[in-house]
Amino acid sequence: MPVDVKMPQLGESVTEGTIGRWLKQPGDTIEEFEPLLEVMTDKVDTEVPATIKGTLFEILVPEGETVRVGTVIARLIQAPEAGSSDVATAPLRATLPRAPISPVVARLANEHQLNLDDIQGSGGSGRVTKKDIEALLAQRSLTGSSALTVMSDGDEALNPQAVVDPVEAPPLQRKQREMDASVSEPAAVVAGLGPDDELVPLTSMRRAIAQRMVHAQQTIPHVTTVMEVDMHRVVAHRAQHRSDFERQGVKLTFTAYIVEAVVAALREVGIVNSSYGEDGIVQHHRIHIGVAVAIPDGLIVPVIKDADDKSLFGLARAVNDLAERARLRRLLPDEVQGGTFSITNHGVWGSLFAMPIINQPQAAILGVGVVEKRVVVVSEDGTDALAIRPMCYLSLTFDHRVADGATGDAFLAATKRTLESYSAT
Amino acid sequence: MEMTFLEAIRAGLDEAMAADERVFIFGEDVGKRGGVFRVTEGLADKYGEARVMDSPLAESIIVGASIGAACYGLRPVAEIQFADFIWPATNQIVSEAARLRYRSNGMWGCPIVIRAPYGGGIHGALYHSQSIEAFFAHVPGLKVVAPSTPYDAKALIKAAIADPDPVLFLEHKKAYRLIKGEVPEEPYDVPIGKADVKREGSDLTIITYGLMVHYALEAAEKLASSAGLQAEVVDLRTIRPLDTATILQSVRKTGKVLILHEDGLTGGIGGEIAALIAEHAFEYLDAPVMRLAGPDIPAMPFASSLEHEYVLSVEDILDKLQAIAAY
Amino acid sequence: MTVKALPVSEQATSLSPDDLRKMFELMLLARLLDERQWVVNRQGKVPFVVSCQGHEAAQIGSAYALQAGKDWVLPYYRGLGVVLTLGMSPEEVMLGVFARATDPSSGGRQMPAHYSSPALHIITQSSPTGTQVAHAAGVGLAIHIRNSVAGKLVDDAVVWVSFGEGASSQGDVHEAMNLAGIHRLPVLFCCENNSYAISVPQHKQMGVQDVASRAAGYGFPGVVVDGTDPIACYEATTVAVERARNGDGPTLLEFKCERLTPHSSDDNDRSYRSIDELTAMRQHDPLPRYASYLKEEGMLTDADEQMMRARLTQQVDAAAKAAEAAPEPDPATVLRHVFAETND
Repeated sequence: MPVDVKMPQLGESVTEGTIGRWLKQPGDTIEEFEPLLEVMTDKVDTEVPATIKGTLFEILVPEGETVRVGTVIARLIQAPEAGSSDVATAPLRATLPRAPISPVVARLANEHQLNLDDIQGSGGSGRVTKKDIEALLAQRSLTGSSALTVMSDGDEALNPQAVVDPVEAPPLQRKQREMDASVSEPAAVVAGLGPDDELVPLTSMRRAIAQRMVHAQQTIPHVTTVMEVDMHRVVAHRAQHRSDFERQGVKLTFTAYIVEAVVAALREVGIVNSSYGEDGIVQHHRIHIGVAVAIPDGLIVPVIKDADDKSLFGLARAVNDLAERARLRRLLPDEVQGGTFSITNHGVWGSLFAMPIINQPQAAILGVGVVEKRVVVVSEDGTDALAIRPMCYLSLTFDHRVADGATGDAFLAATKRTLESYSAT
Repeated sequence: MEMTFLEAIRAGLDEAMAADERVFIFGEDVGKRGGVFRVTEGLADKYGEARVMDSPLAESIIVGASIGAACYGLRPVAEIQFADFIWPATNQIVSEAARLRYRSNGMWGCPIVIRAPYGGGIHGALYHSQSIEAFFAHVPGLKVVAPSTPYDAKALIKAAIADPDPVLFLEHKKAYRLIKGEVPEEPYDVPIGKADVKREGSDLTIITYGLMVHYALEAAEKLASSAGLQAEVVDLRTIRPLDTATILQSVRKTGKVLILHEDGLTGGIGGEIAALIAEHAFEYLDAPVMRLAGPDIPAMPFASSLEHEYVLSVEDILDKLQAIAAY
Repeated sequence: MTVKALPVSEQATSLSPDDLRKMFELMLLARLLDERQWVVNRQGKVPFVVSCQGHEAAQIGSAYALQAGKDWVLPYYRGLGVVLTLGMSPEEVMLGVFARATDPSSGGRQMPAHYSSPALHIITQSSPTGTQVAHAAGVGLAIHIRNSVAGKLVDDAVVWVSFGEGASSQGDVHEAMNLAGIHRLPVLFCCENNSYAISVPQHKQMGVQDVASRAAGYGFPGVVVDGTDPIACYEATTVAVERARNGDGPTLLEFKCERLTPHSSDDNDRSYRSIDELTAMRQHDPLPRYASYLKEEGMLTDADEQMMRARLTQQVDAAAKAAEAAPEPDPATVLRHVFAETND
């Protein structure tokens, strides 16, 4: 059977890609994961590996041409499995034609990010018709509108709006993308444009953020719990090690400590590192922490893979590196995918605490408030005293379908404990 | 009150003549005879032979003299007895009437109406059945109007007479007595250049004009009862200038289009409408734009069997609608 | 019914010496202005001109019998002498030659010599020959209808239309004369017969000697006039105008004259006319002939003529200069006036 090779979505705001170079020519055999071509986008330049083992049947988009994400750019023929009879090439052509996609269906599919292969067509030869799309959208339409809570971000900002590459998305993610169709038109909220108003067109990134936030808000029962953390040990530790780190080219930020504390908490309360699905809660045993970074006109959420394998130094270096390359738009596709938990550092702008929105399909997100000195009551050896301490509010928003209040509080308490008990050495 | 299509045109002419002494009718047999179709019957008696004037049997001078009279300040209504006979006047219509304003940089105008019974299905053979609209719709400076109902016809003939520019007013001769409809006693307007949605529907759009509007409506009803699908019927009423807004609005709603005309397929107005849709509503199309039109043969033959083969029927339209719906 | 007009010297006229001198001045102006058009064409400043040279006596003599702004005039493309007589200025003519924005005839849209002026009742014309004759019949029909509806003579305007003998072959000319004959319309059909339709001589154009003889077939008089004699042209036209104003119907006037230039700036008459013929043609130039007559009659001296020529040349200079300096039409206006605008 021929298998379509589509232009992958290499980053959340990316809508199109340019064919850099075909590394195989029609007739060439190719192994699964072997690079098939090079793709250039405004974010990343990367090799795209083959998804199956087989033969390159045909190239549909020549080098240098730019096409939309999802456009079929080549077809591969799957290598026959051992024991099965060889597939003749000639009749393959006959199996290729499929019902045409009409202009309106193509447009709606693009606007609502639908995969037409997943829709059963009712038209001639099984063609997906405009009515099929409309019926799908109507069926998935959810009532009510939701105000968007898009958080500010900045240097070292942590934000929840990562959009996972659909090509790499787990099945659960795929379903949610289709669900997004029902809330795809935030522009519709714009009321009458007055003479003194200006309509700012939606960028694809803004549209994606809007869709995902609305969808998350509408489908997840959000619960937020807040704790206050005394950061004086972290501050002391940071003061002590900052210059050591800098000598090795790494800027030691609070974010690294937060990630480290979150990793510890996730180990302790594993259910928070999960995804909710109709068939059950998928608990992830690997810990991949998304850390939002502001970029012009939007944000991107690079992921620190296997954060639990990293030391504070490793985490700090990863945070530095990812943030820097995010701003330069030099992240690799898999560096913005697959997060299991997110952190948003709204405190950068002085925010005390916030109630962030969960980055689906994750189950929780941590908001980090500003670290500022406050007068607090401290008790030592049974004696209360007033002290000036660097304090910080942490807010955990979690999916109530996954966890209850006690679980969320246990996670947040574990995080707090790690930060407050940081050893100065 | 109920009127035939023909009576409505006569009523419109009558009102225009009563209201404006500058209006006069000029054509073959329009006077005492009242026209071969009797559209002007009674008007010569009412307004005198000077204002309902028999012309010599010469189409070019019917139009050419009307142009001169319009330059003088009158409001001529020229009648070409059959649209098939209009060709000797083509130079006067295309090269003179339609260009007079442009070539004089707006200093002169040419407010003439040229009425022409067109269309077939009445055993008129090659020279009493022609559809001529596509030829003239190509001409900038000329308006081409083809109403389908008595209501529209009465108002549009008055609008044509009041128009400051030349108007070719096409009257489907099969509609003359076949089509009846309510026409208000009180004054009302139908503007030139505005199409009319004669039937609303969400599943597909039929764009047509003239007699075919009625066939389209009948086919749409049958489609509704047989398949539960609702066809929208857009009656162009004016072929040039086209009401592009109404056309595109309907197409954007339904995504499927049938353009229908009795006039021949190749180079017909349907091609222009299809191009318009392709340019401005491509991303709304859910099926190829389809045309159903007269065959590409010189004209309609006389023998009943041949004429029947030429003329479009409700069944032909229904078949095409079903094919589009199933796409 | 065809009548031969008398030659100049034998023509009794009601025209005063001032009118006779005025006609000469108009003829000279037409000639000088026409020659200037050829000059600017050969200089490469305008792509096309078409001439009235040789037709001055017919045009000015005939148009002199009309009431400008009242009577309706549809001159064909040689009608420079007609429009000057009716009151169009040399500058207005040259604006058309240069196709300037302020060209009163067409705003630079038509070729030169396609004259138009609503105020002067000069109806816009096209280039295909004979079409304007149908319009002239229509204006006559409109006057007829208006008077009929009123039950009395409310408009005694006449319609004057010109065309070449070549255009007389057109069906529209026949249809127009036929219509005018039926209703005795107040139309003067003026054929300026210079015996050539571009390169085709009259004997290949028609089987008759005189276009005027066809009038009999329409039931009204046809008059052959010496088209190089302005007085004869004026007198013959005056008779026709009176007939028309009195409701006696149309007249076909045939002015026999010479085309002293090629058909247009794009034509070369030496390719189809012999040198002998072209030389002999010069004998029929109406200007020297009419100048001699006026001098013989003591109405013009050589000095008068010199002064007149100098003054008119200055006028032509000024007109050409002003027109050349006038702005071209704004390209953005190319889409205008297809249909009526609110200010039309």
